[in-house]
Amino acid sequence: MGNLVELAYFLTALLFILGLKRMASPATARSGMVWAGVAMVVATLVTFLTPGMENFGLMILALIIGTVVAWVAAKKVQMTDMPQMVAIYNGMGGGAAGAIAAVVLLRGEYGGDLGLKFLAILGGLIGSVAFSGSIVAFAKLQGLMPGRPIQFPGQKPLNVVVLLAALVLVVVLMPQESPLLILVFFVLALSFGVLMTLPIGGGDMPVAVSLFNAMTGLAVGFEGFAIGNAALIVAGTVVGAAGTLLTLLMAKAMNRSLWSVLVGGFGVEQETGEVKGSIKSIDLEDAVVMLGYASRVIFVPGYGMAVAQAQHKLREVADVLESKGVRVDYAIHPVAGRMPGHMNVLLAEAGVAYEKLHDLEDINPEFPQADVAVVIGANDVVNPAAHRKGSPLYGMPILDVDKAKNAIVIKRGQGKGFAGVENELFFADNTRMLYGDAQSVLGQLVQSLKKL
Amino acid sequence: MDPAWAALYIFLLAAATGYEVISRVPVILHTPLMSGSNFIHGIVVVGAMVILGKADTPVEQAIGFVGVVLGAANAAGGYVVTERMLEMFERKPKS
Repeated sequence: MGNLVELAYFLTALLFILGLKRMASPATARSGMVWAGVAMVVATLVTFLTPGMENFGLMILALIIGTVVAWVAAKKVQMTDMPQMVAIYNGMGGGAAGAIAAVVLLRGEYGGDLGLKFLAILGGLIGSVAFSGSIVAFAKLQGLMPGRPIQFPGQKPLNVVVLLAALVLVVVLMPQESPLLILVFFVLALSFGVLMTLPIGGGDMPVAVSLFNAMTGLAVGFEGFAIGNAALIVAGTVVGAAGTLLTLLMAKAMNRSLWSVLVGGFGVEQETGEVKGSIKSIDLEDAVVMLGYASRVIFVPGYGMAVAQAQHKLREVADVLESKGVRVDYAIHPVAGRMPGHMNVLLAEAGVAYEKLHDLEDINPEFPQADVAVVIGANDVVNPAAHRKGSPLYGMPILDVDKAKNAIVIKRGQGKGFAGVENELFFADNTRMLYGDAQSVLGQLVQSLKKL
Repeated sequence: MDPAWAALYIFLLAAATGYEVISRVPVILHTPLMSGSNFIHGIVVVGAMVILGKADTPVEQAIGFVGVVLGAANAAGGYVVTERMLEMFERKPKS
């Protein structure tokens, strides 16, 4: 029996890696996910055959509760709310790793092998931080809590003290298994997760979620070592490494160092820079003419479009334009939306062909040939100030909308982006602002374009 | 070879695998991939099951129970969310 279980775990680990590999390409991504899903089911079923197991009733009940609740919730949620769902489910995984650590510590199974016990405690710490941190991230993204950075006097020293105290307990717990100290340890770890997430602003949250994802993976890997489970070791470690790299890539795409994300407070201070030129608005009729008689249009969707859920209307506008012979493309900034790739998911949902979505490197040389670039709810990612030294945005890769022959910016008001920096694009001579909610503005554009 | 060394090598190779898999991914797949890797660490449910299965006291049973619920939710929710994201890359434009 034991060997059968081990063999199944081995195959599970193999399928996870192959599945993850397939997920790295759009053509094979779905099949990769199916492979991983099959592996998960097999691993779960075969675990019932582990020698010396009891409590099967409780186990089946727990499996049913967790699966059904999560399944239904995930099916119901809107596509725009996906980032917080990733956060909450990731947090649950961290919590499960913490639970394993708690039982391992209470049982004191590793009196002799301090190495394994150390990994169990460390995994418990990382998993618990990921658990409570993800819950705060979820609350912020879901709007249950203010999304802005939450700061208070003495916050940084307090965070450091709490973390140090938790680390001290890691050492203190090594030679003993006092239930009280174990409890204090978990309370400290959970508190640190909350404290470290509070000062992180909504715009940086995807990076934090990604980091928690990597942390959960690592915690699962460590607990795998602690309980001698190969499937946990391999899957957890793979995710820990992949998640860490993904976090760094995300932070880089946003021109933020991981450290500055974690220290937080970004977007609180306002830059008071002088910008030359003036903001000029355009009314709908003129915008319709400009678009209808263009030969090439590039759409630049951003966070505002995601919030307004205007992706379907955007596709309708594109369809009408294409029926008039206008060439339409979409320029996707690496961090458009709320997470890297989020915008592609939203546009794909609206039925936009994959080939029309272009990465920053591919589309930037094309902007000078575009008659009109239409920015929908994007701000910092199209701000030419990023090219200028001294701007807080300096160094961030941006979409060169300012190089297009004309630019139309659809925007709700004159507010600033996450970075709190005035957008120089809005002041440029060839830029016109079209104020209004993306959803309704695009709807009106469709109607008027059809009549043109 | 000492089992501790073998474990260290497993850790190293698994980490290298994870790094390698991600490094060649187009940006557009980052969110689905994060979600997919989120699903994969749902394997923690298996560890929680073993913990619950070998629990002796009510406290251990309670913690193990919570662990299995959380782990199962991680796996099931992670799967559905990823599946829904990836579904959209396959559908042809409905023009």
